[in-house]
Amino acid sequence: MYMLRSLTYEQAIAEALGQEMERDASVFVYGLDVADHKKIFGSTKGLEKFGPKRFFGTPLSEEAMTGVGLGAAINGLRPVHVHIRVDFLLLAMNQLINMVAPARFGSGGVLKAPLVIRAVIGRGWGQAFQHSKSLQSVFAHIPGIKVVMPSNAYDAKGLLISAIRDDNPTVFLEHRWLYWMEGKVPAEPYTIPLGKVRLVRKGKDVTIVATSWMNVEAYKAAEILARKQGVEVEILDPRTIYPLDKAALVRSVNKTGHCIVADYDWEFCGFSAEVAALVSENCFGRLKSPVTRIAFPHTHCATTRPLENAFYPNAVSIIRAVEKKLQLKPTDLSGEEFYSWENRFKGPF
Amino acid sequence: MLKLHLEFYKKLYLIRRAEEKIREHYSEDEMKTPMHMSMGEEAIVVGVLEAAGKKSQAFGTYRSHALYLAKTGESDMFFAEMYGKAAGPAKGKAGSMHIALPDAGVMMTSAVVGTTIPVALGAALANAYLKNKRVVVSFFGDGAVNEGVFWESLNFACLKKLPILFVCEDNDFAIHSRLKERLGHKPIAKVASQFYCHTDAASTTDVYEIYEMTRNMLAKMEKSGMPGFLHMKYYRYLEHVGVNEDFDAGYRARKELLPWMEKDPVKMQRDRLIRDGIKENAVLAVEKKIDEQLEKSIREAQKAPFPKKEELMQDVYA
Repeated sequence: MYMLRSLTYEQAIAEALGQEMERDASVFVYGLDVADHKKIFGSTKGLEKFGPKRFFGTPLSEEAMTGVGLGAAINGLRPVHVHIRVDFLLLAMNQLINMVAPARFGSGGVLKAPLVIRAVIGRGWGQAFQHSKSLQSVFAHIPGIKVVMPSNAYDAKGLLISAIRDDNPTVFLEHRWLYWMEGKVPAEPYTIPLGKVRLVRKGKDVTIVATSWMNVEAYKAAEILARKQGVEVEILDPRTIYPLDKAALVRSVNKTGHCIVADYDWEFCGFSAEVAALVSENCFGRLKSPVTRIAFPHTHCATTRPLENAFYPNAVSIIRAVEKKLQLKPTDLSGEEFYSWENRFKGPF
Repeated sequence: MLKLHLEFYKKLYLIRRAEEKIREHYSEDEMKTPMHMSMGEEAIVVGVLEAAGKKSQAFGTYRSHALYLAKTGESDMFFAEMYGKAAGPAKGKAGSMHIALPDAGVMMTSAVVGTTIPVALGAALANAYLKNKRVVVSFFGDGAVNEGVFWESLNFACLKKLPILFVCEDNDFAIHSRLKERLGHKPIAKVASQFYCHTDAASTTDVYEIYEMTRNMLAKMEKSGMPGFLHMKYYRYLEHVGVNEDFDAGYRARKELLPWMEKDPVKMQRDRLIRDGIKENAVLAVEKKIDEQLEKSIREAQKAPFPKKEELMQDVYA
């Protein structure tokens, strides 16, 4: 019997790391500032007890440190490399795409690279265009890499343990607003298979495929739509962008006939386009409306609050999209409370 | 000692003859893989890897025929890979530019300059972590010294005192541009010596001298726990990529090659064997045996089957 406690997302990640390091001496955690007093939003807290050999900060050398992860992985270790912003991981794209991703293929299946690259994504507070990206579509575009995006504390722990035990390189993307979110998390280690959706909410009218933070926004939208419009939205969280649980997405859209993809990334050439194509190929005759995509516009995130607000889609964007799809009258949103930096979301959703 | 010299010669001869065979057969257009030939650098890998020992792990560049052959001594799988056949170590997926045999310590080679340097570093970190006493040798060219990741890697190796030997094989050219057109700092070994590591430099084609240099370096590394850095000059006999000479291309003159040909590493070692009392006939017998080995490897590679089409989708994920 599992012992459930309420943990925040960041505590769930720290617990997963600690338990895996306990279980397997080949697991080590490193990266810029992982061991400083802030401990990556608290997500590496408590790992000091494993000593500096297994838990250490690094020089500002993202590319070399990614190569270090690969070299250690092919020699039998299980490194977890942490980036406090996904934007910094861009310095390591050469290693990631030219070396890490094809390492197994290029060796004819001899080498394996069980490397986890954690990166913090998404909106903060006035973080502008270099501290705010997500980039899951970029990573998922590359064969050889798995891409994981947990949207709650329970998934964060289970998926991180799976990623560490997986023999492939995995990019693990954590939205920084989710760090505050609490959820029921078993004390024991557990795994969640990579490539299985989570049914966030059951519904019959519209399917929403939401990634990362957009699950929080979609859940809020669904709750308002149910209360004020009597509409039942079904929300699916793919949890892993690659491998993608295509069958579950197709099943849901075939049931509802409507699909909205709420992706926390740029729209153009993004994951939302991938899902739209999947739905078009597999649900064409069952669709009652074209797929709607909600994602970042083809511009950059600005610092100033009004433009930052305009950049990121939210629950209101989802509500408006559902209204349009089902030809509903505009929902009265007066008195509804939405999320912002000042109004932190604690969850669970 | 004579035995060691004979071993050196066998490896040098194997590498040289294997590449001569590539030159002989390349125009048949059956080896469909861009060739970056090792000719001229043979003594460096042979000397360094002999000193580093069988247990060592090596990382290299797209110019790694010599590295592979020196470390493995085998040519069957080597030629199978060159011919793109299923019997190659990577089933034809790697070809010349990515030739490797991890089980024999040829870990990875790469076609993007500088990219295996940090990976070698990670392998060294793992070896220190696992306390397995394996040493890692990272081979790269003078072009890689212009890459940021080289400096990141040297810094980290020295900071963490990792068991790694950096070997810069300097042929003066990054593709076709000379070192002096690319370097805004003092000589490479001099700059490296400002890091917390042992450094040494030479311009020699004498395999034994390189072997001794490396042995001394490894002994110092073991004693201090610091990494090592060797800067070795050589001259690339053939074009950057391809199997031909390119002295008519205008960027270098044949007269540059001549002094290096006089101290050609293979010829030098052969002369040493004769000088040290090995009979010409005995050397010829050794050479014949290697020639036969190579002939057989090529014949078999030519006849061997290609990988099945399904193989394209294999080995993407573990």
